[in-house]
Amino acid sequence: MPDGAYNYAYLDEQTKRMIRRAILKAVAVPGYQVPFGGREMPLPYGWGTGGIQVTAAIIGRDDTLKVIDQGADDTTNAVSIRRFFARVADVATTTRTEEATVIQTRHRVPETPLKEGQILVFQVPIPEPLRMLEPRETETRTLHALSEYGVMQVSLYESIARHGRIAKTYNYPVLVNGRYMMSPSPIPKFDNPKLDRNPALQLYGAGREKRIYAVPPYTPVKSLDFDDHPFEIERWTECCALCGSRESFLDEMIVDDEGKRLYVCSDTDYCQERQGAQAQGKEAP
Amino acid sequence: MLPVLRVSALNKAFVMHAQGDLALPVLQDVALSVAPGECLALVGPSGAGKSTLLRSLYGNYRPQSGSIQIRHRDQWVELVGAEPRVVLDVRRHTMGFVSQFLRVIPRIGAVDVVAEPMVRRGAPAEEARRRAEFLLGLLGIPARLWALPPATFSGGEQQRVNIARSLIADYPVLLLDEPTASLDTANRDGVIDLIRQRREAGTAIVGIFHDTTVRDAVATRLHNVALPGAQP
Amino acid sequence: MSAPLLSARGVTKRFGERIACRDVSFELWPGEVLGIVGESGSGKTTLLNCLAGRLTPDGGTVTYESAAAGTVDVHGLSEARRRLLARTEWGFVNQDAREGLRMGVSAGANIGERLMAIGARHYGTIRQTSCDWLARVEIDLDRLDDRPTTYSGGMRQRLQIARNLVSEPRLVFMDEPTGGLDVSVQARLLDLLRGLVDRFHLSAVLVTHDLGVARLLTHRLMVMQGGKVVEDGLTDQVLDDPQHAYTQMLVASILPV
Repeated sequence: MPDGAYNYAYLDEQTKRMIRRAILKAVAVPGYQVPFGGREMPLPYGWGTGGIQVTAAIIGRDDTLKVIDQGADDTTNAVSIRRFFARVADVATTTRTEEATVIQTRHRVPETPLKEGQILVFQVPIPEPLRMLEPRETETRTLHALSEYGVMQVSLYESIARHGRIAKTYNYPVLVNGRYMMSPSPIPKFDNPKLDRNPALQLYGAGREKRIYAVPPYTPVKSLDFDDHPFEIERWTECCALCGSRESFLDEMIVDDEGKRLYVCSDTDYCQERQGAQAQGKEAP
Repeated sequence: MLPVLRVSALNKAFVMHAQGDLALPVLQDVALSVAPGECLALVGPSGAGKSTLLRSLYGNYRPQSGSIQIRHRDQWVELVGAEPRVVLDVRRHTMGFVSQFLRVIPRIGAVDVVAEPMVRRGAPAEEARRRAEFLLGLLGIPARLWALPPATFSGGEQQRVNIARSLIADYPVLLLDEPTASLDTANRDGVIDLIRQRREAGTAIVGIFHDTTVRDAVATRLHNVALPGAQP
Repeated sequence: MSAPLLSARGVTKRFGERIACRDVSFELWPGEVLGIVGESGSGKTTLLNCLAGRLTPDGGTVTYESAAAGTVDVHGLSEARRRLLARTEWGFVNQDAREGLRMGVSAGANIGERLMAIGARHYGTIRQTSCDWLARVEIDLDRLDDRPTTYSGGMRQRLQIARNLVSEPRLVFMDEPTGGLDVSVQARLLDLLRGLVDRFHLSAVLVTHDLGVARLLTHRLMVMQGGKVVEDGLTDQVLDDPQHAYTQMLVASILPV
């Protein structure tokens, strides 16, 4: 039962409508940042206030919610948000990617491929991909309006000139539907290819800056690069110490005082699914 | 021979606004014409306006009224009141000017300073440089100086660089303002030879030559420039 | 070519009550370098900004003969088209190089930006072009990856020029390009500019209060006073035979060396 002291899903209906209008506009113009009247939420900025408002606006009693933080379902932030919605929106929650209809995420895209009908809600700290290069909001808006993205290419040039390669490893800029430059939020660039033509709907919410943007299903999302320095994702020589995967994004852990390193999947659900399957003697997914 | 330069009813006064709009008439009703192969020497007392006339012909000074016409690209072109680009085109292709002073361009070597007008008329850079070296040699500039910027040259050397620069492009009309002013006898004779060669090749020349030896050697005709107000 | 590259007709710009630039008309032909001279506050920079589409005049028109789009009304263009023009067929050299450069990225990136903005996507080619231009503006190649913050004033200005010329513009606007530089540094820059103008057959509109700079770089001059053009003509005509009282005063104010 939802907590009677609050409206369903915490926000009042007018606010949810306003956010849905912003989402519809965002879906209609892929990659464009739509301003919305962000509300104060019962947690600080930087903890997912943008993502929570988006989730609150779209969630219904039939939904099944999964929340991950850096791939894990069991971290404080993920647990808190999942409990919050279980309480105010009366929804089922899950840790399994396959079962979820709405997945709110901080800094990862699940390894398990998403399907049509699923919605991935990103928590976004800085929605403006050009912000570090151009501090003036009036100017970045003009650059988006006119598709003038040379300056982003300049930043990649600079990276190669300094490091011999494009050194950016997360929040790697993408061009959505051949039109808008977009920050994919601080996901590792490993996840960038998953954004491209994904069957699920991607919604991005930035609470502090009060912006919503979206990538509709099957929309082309291109990671910027140079012809002679093409976009590449991270590779590991090791495999996951728990499930043996060579396909997933690995976190490095130091496990003793001698500095012994262990690599494990960042996506806890994916890792557990594989371990479970191996325990049952089946082929890993 | 038909003229290539003709001047009529030319009037030029300098108005000094800082001195209560004081007007100094210099040229009054000047008329002259010059044909190919002629060298017209402007003569007259100091201050009579010889230099002003020469500069007006080049489009450097702007006369108040009258006409200066020049054969340019097979047409008569009026220079009094002409648009800048017309004057520039005439200077680039038809009319050269040797002044007493070289306007030095920093950091450009003498040979390139001399070659520039020829390159601007469309000649290949190598050919222009060869001709520039030939002229510099003829005018007695030592080869070791050719690559150096003329800024550091002596007055006489600068003047010879200037002459070479004005002669290189084979302009059909040439204006000379004291071309031998700071030259010694040997170099002066070299310049005289060059001017005569140009004249004999059909160039129309107007010049101011204070040195009567030079004047006698190159002029085919004299043109008296009277002091303003004086009866001609 | 039989048409002017840039034509201004009756260009007027007001700031409140003050008229910064009044009824200015002229034509700039291909290959010409036009100087606009006058003392501070005479309206020359305002005029330059109106010509370059950076300010919208209150009256008059500016038309440009574009290589890509034919005759265009500079102020009738959409902002997108005007900005495209500004980074392909035009250049703009600021007096303060910091305004014209990205101080936070390397010299190579500064030069390469225009190329990347119009779609260049081969790092090696962009870098090679940056090298070529660095050499043309006489900056050591080992400074390619340094930021302009580590450059001297003269080098910054030369870098700004390279950054503008890399797209091989047909028309360059320059606002006091030698302002604030030491005399010897100025001379080198002037010389370089003169060579580049010749070599790339540039047309240019140059604002300066320095008549020496005007003499060396420009073919034609317009003299501005109180927002109006009081005199114009060939540079040597205006400087050697000034007609207007104000021009005579300006010319008479040059210190002899």
